[in-house]
This record gives sequence, structure tokens and C-alpha cells, in this order.
Amino acid sequence: MAQLILNHLSKDFGSGRPAVADVSLAVRKQGFLALLGPSGCGKTTVLRMIAGFDKPTDGSIEFGDRRLSDAARSLPPEKRNMAMVFQSYALWPHMTVAENVGYPLNVRGISGEAWRKRVAEALSLVKLEDFADRRPAALSGGQRQRVALARCLVTEPDVVLLDEPLANLDQHLRKSMEETFRAFHERSGATMIYVTHDQAEAMALATDVAVMSEGKLLQVAAPAEIYARPEGRVVGGLIGRGSILRLKLPDAAGRALDWLLLGAALGAGGQAGEGPLSDVLVRPEQVHRGTDGISMRVVSCIFEGERFAVTLSLPDGQQLKAYSSAALGEGATVPFIVSGGWRL
Amino acid sequence: MPNTDEIAHSRHGEPHAPAEGPDAEGRSGFKMLARPLRVLSKARRFKWLRLLLAGETADGAERDGEAVPAKLPKALTRTLRGFEPPAMPYATAGDLPKRKTRRRGAGRRFPFCLRGGPGGAEPAWLMLFVFCAVFLLSALPLIRLGWAGFGGLVEGEAARVLFEAATFAALRNTLVTAAGGMLISLMLGAFFAFAMALTDIRGRLALSFAFMLPMLIPPQVTALAWVEMSGPSSPLLKTLGLAPPLGSPQPLYSLSGIALLLGVQHAPLVFLAVKAGLAGAPRDGVEAARLSGASPWRVFRDIVMPLSFPGLIAGAAIAFVSGIGNFGIPAILGIPASIETLPTLIFSRLASFGASTFGEIAALSSLIAVVSAGGLLLQSQALAGRDYRLIGLSGANAAFALGRLRFAAEALLWAVLAVVLVAPLLALVASSLVPAYGVPLNFKTMSLHAYGEILFRQSVTLTALRNSLFLASAAAVGLLLVTVPAGYLLVRRRGALANLLAILIEIPYALPGIVLAVAFILTFAAPLPVIGRSLYGTIWIILFAYFSSFLAVSLKPVMSAFLQMDPSLEEAARLAGAGFLRRMRDVLLPLIAPAAGASVILVFLIAANELTVSALLWSAGTQTLGVAIFNLDDSGSSDLASALSVLVVLMVIALMAALEFIAKYLPGGVLPWRN
Repeated sequence: MAQLILNHLSKDFGSGRPAVADVSLAVRKQGFLALLGPSGCGKTTVLRMIAGFDKPTDGSIEFGDRRLSDAARSLPPEKRNMAMVFQSYALWPHMTVAENVGYPLNVRGISGEAWRKRVAEALSLVKLEDFADRRPAALSGGQRQRVALARCLVTEPDVVLLDEPLANLDQHLRKSMEETFRAFHERSGATMIYVTHDQAEAMALATDVAVMSEGKLLQVAAPAEIYARPEGRVVGGLIGRGSILRLKLPDAAGRALDWLLLGAALGAGGQAGEGPLSDVLVRPEQVHRGTDGISMRVVSCIFEGERFAVTLSLPDGQQLKAYSSAALGEGATVPFIVSGGWRL
Repeated sequence: MPNTDEIAHSRHGEPHAPAEGPDAEGRSGFKMLARPLRVLSKARRFKWLRLLLAGETADGAERDGEAVPAKLPKALTRTLRGFEPPAMPYATAGDLPKRKTRRRGAGRRFPFCLRGGPGGAEPAWLMLFVFCAVFLLSALPLIRLGWAGFGGLVEGEAARVLFEAATFAALRNTLVTAAGGMLISLMLGAFFAFAMALTDIRGRLALSFAFMLPMLIPPQVTALAWVEMSGPSSPLLKTLGLAPPLGSPQPLYSLSGIALLLGVQHAPLVFLAVKAGLAGAPRDGVEAARLSGASPWRVFRDIVMPLSFPGLIAGAAIAFVSGIGNFGIPAILGIPASIETLPTLIFSRLASFGASTFGEIAALSSLIAVVSAGGLLLQSQALAGRDYRLIGLSGANAAFALGRLRFAAEALLWAVLAVVLVAPLLALVASSLVPAYGVPLNFKTMSLHAYGEILFRQSVTLTALRNSLFLASAAAVGLLLVTVPAGYLLVRRRGALANLLAILIEIPYALPGIVLAVAFILTFAAPLPVIGRSLYGTIWIILFAYFSSFLAVSLKPVMSAFLQMDPSLEEAARLAGAGFLRRMRDVLLPLIAPAAGASVILVFLIAANELTVSALLWSAGTQTLGVAIFNLDDSGSSDLASALSVLVVLMVIALMAALEFIAKYLPGGVLPWRN
């Protein structure tokens, strides 16, 4: 299995601002990469360039030592041996479920017993054996989704692309489909690229998360890594919950901050810290109640089921998110310790 | 939540982009828009030139060429040569290879070449085929016509026809009848559109269906039916004992008669335009105005009227232009009273064939083209981007509850339909059943003699029937060969070339049929280059003219189907490995099949009843149904003409019913009488 490489990939639709600007990325072999970013950040454009529906205006896409696309030429999608789950599922309404799933086999000239066997196998993997003769119109959203997935399974694609596949499903179905995707990835061994704007989905599924914003690639890392050590305000704000504070910190402080440094910066000793202003990401789970902490005013306290989400106001007016196991009265002043932070 | 912005951007934004794929455009030489290009792609932009001059296709050679520029700033040169890849954040696994500008065996990696649009969605020959077909059918005859008209003006011989008194009279008559007809169309069409789109009257579908019928019934049949309904010899009036005394004039043989019938014939066009305009006034917009405290009358004045204004303008312009080009109605009503309009003048000039005939008819039809172009120009000025007709949105149904007035409104609508549609058709049926001219119709005199005559004894009508069926089916099916690829290209590939294609398809439809017929006579009167024979006088010239004039009719349903199809259906087939023809066959064609069926029926419906084009192009043995009805009436056999017309109307209704039957499989906006 070869490695998928995006090499200085750019796409300009002629609107002045490039949709994708100089994205370079090597996807781990047989990896599961989540492309994460807000609407309009260019992640779908990257996916469509990998599939071959769009041609880059600069840079190239390589698979192993094969060049798939560059600004001059582009291997058409039908010759790439890739598969894709579309956001709209893209099931052909005039074919039955089995015909939909088996179509890539038809195109490859496989028919008869081999065709039936492989289609049945793919359908059983998504637990749709009993629906083989139905039309897509007679299926629910989740079932259509699984048909689309089975269509990817039936051949052995090198790369499987998923374009916000869970966007049209309800919360309950999403969870079970996430499981299906994970199992699918383990079984197929294909490289998978998963486009989403839901960071929780990305973290749960992927081996690597790539964050994009305004056409640029900001950071690529494993989920735990990107959660603990995000690069820059955009990534920090996008991944997980947390507050970004502007604090005065000494230059020598490093990036992982502890209560000693933070306490000083927050003015625990009565005066604000020293040094230039920096952005510090503080996760809610890093904020605890503690009697030797800094007094903060409770702005709001919202019940979320397993706990309360609290918004606190620092003495200088900046806001901080925290969790609490008990309800706090709005307006109350409570001492809190900030046990850790990450300088962005 | 679906990430709709981005999807909209990626699905719809791209095709609009002025420069899609620098090489697709550059190679074919249609690259016109400047784009902020990096130096790298600049060389590629002119690759087509190099391909043309040196035939250099090898990828390696191409890439060498890019690396050549030597006088570039150092940093840029380095980037170009790939020595210094800019900082690249956090590749997950493995080191990224340096950008290689030269790779071994580059050709092997690209086993394809010279593909069309971005990503090679369709083969290049497709565009070539569609463009050639549309050019032959649309641009060539019009260029020939313009050339002949211009030549006539320069030589002065044929230009004299423009200053004859008969031409002035015909021009005046044309303008008067078209303007009068436009006013009547506006009143009728707007009344029906408002009533049907905005109020809660019942039986909308039936009313729409009935109101659309006059548009699909051929004009000469409409004229014939009205003549049979009024006047001293009307079997219907005779039977009812209401006929005016013999010898009193037929009131319809007049300018106002022609205008009235043009108005009835083209009212559905106004109806459609206004209704489409009202679709832009969503029901909740009206409801919001009501909640803001506006009375129904104020809502109508402040919300509905402004929104329907573009539709009214568009409808008026279409009705006016259609009135100018109409041949059937002035031919039946005007010729007996010696009232000439421009189309009938062309017809009579062509009948009295002389040395300068070609120049004269070219000049006259150029005059019609100029007047219609003026009308269309006014329309596009008044509309400026607010034309929703092709989209076919769902209407703003039942915004106003009429309450007790509802019954009165329904009665009024049906009464109008009874006068403009039912009564003339009844008169037509009545006169097809009378045994001889002037005999009153009752159960004793009623006979099917006329039907037996046209169906079993008259060879002329049988030939006409056969010709029309052949022409209509050949045109309907043959056009699909062009319109299916054209619809695909127009939807998938936008840009300058696609726009040109759309305009070329639209022009022959917008022009009056008589202009097109003249253009075809001029183009094909001379022997064809290879075969050495002239098409003029054969049935093929009529078929070609039909291809040309119904291109837009055939395209519309197919194109709506392509527009409404999720592009990812085709993309999924591509990723499944299906090449262009394969996915055309397996995925696209089955999905647009219902729309293609509707396209066939619509073209058949209009082509089978066509008179204007075939009136100029027919000769012995190639007459069509329209020509046969006209000739029968002209020679005084009004019973036979009526019988044939009744059959034509029955065929129209049957085909419309067939369309209604498959309506639920069709994309929205294909069937004009449905919302």
C-alpha cells in the first residue's frame, strides 16, 4: 500500500482568494486522516482534488510513485481506484441496493457468481443483506449511508474518501456509524480521508487530524497530540473546549504552563505577571476549585447532565470555562486553581 | 449540521469560476480571462500553442521547458526548480519528497491526454459534436439570411420591396394586430395567473390544463374554429337559431378579429410568465405583509403587483413577438379580407415566384427579425436578470382566501374558458359533422362523411398525415441526439463557450418561424456541396428547419433534468471506474429518461401541428397536416378542414394527457400547466 502525498497543493477558482493555498501533507500509510475545519476552509476542495474532480492550479498529488494530479494533467477519477462516500450518499435511484453496490464490479468486468458473492459479502458487512432488492428510495437515511459504504467496500480501493458522511444523520445514528467506519477502516486497510467540521467526530475516528482554515493547512497531528498541543489560536479554538486567555508571561516560561506560572500571571500574588502578552489555552478540566486559588466571579452555570459548565470571569474581565460537579450561584465569587495551560 | 456553505461552494461555485482549469481552456484556445498566475503555470498556458506548432506532447519535454527560464530572481528560480520546498507543517508520517520537476517515465503515468473540462469530465469530441450540430442548425442559416438581406439592401433591387405601399400596409397591420393581441393576452393571462397562483379556487390543475390548450392547438385550427363559431354560416349558430342572416359579413375577417385570436392564442404565454413571476412571491411573504397589518388589497398592490411586474413585462414581450411571427391566424382570417401582415406577405411573394423573390423575402423577413428583436430587447431591458421561467419554482398557492367570492371567481374563469375554448371547439366539431356547407346540424343531418373522406378517400390528407407523423417523430427523437449531450455540457461546463452554445440554441426559437423558414430556403436552395442536389422541395429541408426551431423546446426538459440531478451521482460512477460513455449509459441516461420522454412528446406535439415553417417549405407530396388544413379551408372545403382539425385537437389532448400521466417522473417546470 502506497502513501498519499499532497505536494504544495493549491487551487484557485479565479475568485481572487485561493480556495486551497499551498497544502502539503503526507498521509500515513493505511492511515485515517480527518480533514477538519470550518465551513468554506477548502477541505472539501482538497478532497475533490484527491478524487480527481478538480484539478489543482499548482502543486501535485502523488500516490506512491504515481503522480495523480498536477496543474498540467490529472488522472481522471475513474482510473484512480478510489472510492467515496458522498454527503448526499449519491446512490443511483434507478438501481436496487445490490446493483448500486455491485456497480464498481460491473465496470471492472466482474459478473456472475463472483459478483453475487462479493456484493453479498459487502452487504453483510454493513448488515443490509435483507435489503439487496430494494431501491434506495425505500431505505432510511442510515441505511442509505451504509449502502454507500458497502459500495466502497466491494472493490479494494487504495483510498476511501468520506465527505461529511454523517452530516445528514441524527445523533444516535452518528454514533453507530462511527463504529461502522472504524471497523471498515480496520478491515479494508485502505487510506481514508474524512472531511468534517465536527471536531468530536474527527477526534473519535481518525489516526491523524489535519486542521484547515481559509485554505491553509494549520496543523497535522494525532488526536491526543493536537488536543494537548495545538498550534495557534485557530487550532486551539477549534479543537476541544477551552478558553484562550491573554496573559503576561516571561519568555523563558516554555509552552506547557503550570499553576506556578499561571497563578503568577493571573495575579494570585496581588500583582499581574511580567513579560510580553501571550495567548494561553486553558481547558475546562484544568480549572479546579481550590481554596488557595484566585477568586473568580461566576458568570453562568449551565447543567449539562454529567456536570455543570461554568463560565468564570477573571479579575481583569477575561472569561474562563470550567466544569463543576455542583451548581454554583451566578454572581458568586469562588476561588479557582488553573492547574495547567498551553501557550499557543 | 450540514456544512452547506462549503458544499454550495464546491458544487456550484466552481463551474461559475471564470477560469476553470487553465489548460482545458488554454488548449482549445478559448482562454480569455486573465487570472493571477504563477510563473509556473504561465508556460503551461501556452502549451496548446506549442502542441499546435511542434506537436510536442511528451510530458518530459513539457516539463523541461518550464525549468528553462534563467533570468528569474534567485529565490523564484529555486522554487521553480524545486530545490527549496517552502516550510511545510507537520507531515504525519515519512518525509515529504522534494518537489520534483523532472520525473522519469512521466508519460507512463498519464495514459490519457487531451481531455475536455476540468478533471476530464467529458471527452473533447463531445463539445465539438454539439457545437458543430448547433452551428449547422442555428448559426449557418441565420448568417445566410443576414448576408442575403444585406446583399439585397446593397444591390438595391430587392430593397425596393421595403418601400412598397403593400409592405407599409403589412407592417402597420402586423404591428396593430400584434399590439392588440398582446393587450388581450395580457388581460386574459394575468387574470388567470393571479386567480390561479394567489387564490384558493378549486380545480387549479384542470383550469391550467384547459387554459394551456389554446397554446398547443395550432393557430390555423384556432382560427378555423372561431370562424365556424361566428358568422352567418356557423353550423353551431344555425343549430341554435342564432345565426346572422346570410350575406352579413364575418366579423372575424378584420384586424380586430386577428388581434382577438392572437390574444387568445398567446394568453397562455402571459399566464406562464406571470405565474412564474409570482412563484418568487412566497406565501409567507404575503402572510408577513398581512401580519404587518396590510389589507388584502394593500398586499396585492404593495407586494404582489411589484413582484409580478417582471412576469407581466416578459409575458407581454413574448405575446407581442409571437403575434408578429404568427402566420396561421392572419392567413385564415386576413387573406379572405385582403388584409396582409408581414408573414402572409412573405407567403404570397414566395407563391408568385419571380427573379427577385429570394432577395425580397430575405428583406421582408429581416424586417420581421428586426421588429421581434426590438420586442425581445425591450423585454430583456425590463427584466434584467429577473427571469425565472426556466426554473419552475412552486407557486405561491392560496395566499388569499376568497370566501364567498370563490364560487363567483370559479364561475367566471370557467365561463371565460367556455367562450374562448369550448365554444370554438364545439363549433369545429359541429361543422365537421354537417353534410354540406350552410346546412343546419341536427340528428338527421349529422354525418361522419367528412371524416371518412379525409381518412380513407383523400390521398392528400393521408400524405399530409404521414408526412407530419414522420417529421414530428424524426424531429423529436433526432433532436435528443443533440440536446442530451448539449444539456449535459451546458450544465456541467459553464463559461464563454457554453454561453455561446446556449444563445445559439435559443435564437431560432425566439425568432418567428417564418424568418427561420426563409433562412432555410436561402441556405438550402443551392445544391449541397457533396451530394450535388438541392434539399429545397424535399421533405428533408422541413426536417432540418424543425430540428433548428425545436432545438430549444427539446433541450429544456433534458436540461432541467440535468440541473436537478445531484452531480455526485455522476461523480460516484466515475470513482466506481466508469468512463464517459459507460456512465452515460448506466447512470445518466436512465435518470433523465422521463425528461427525455417529455421532450419527445413536447416536440412531437408542436411539430406535428406546425404550419408556419412548412407553409413556406412544402411542395407537392411533402405537405404537412398544418398545410393540409390551410389548403382545405382555402379551397372552400371547410367541413374537411374542420374534421381534420378535430382530429388534430384530439391528438393534442391525448399527448398532453400522456404527459400528465408521466408527470410525477418529470423534473419540475417541464410541464407548463403544472406548478
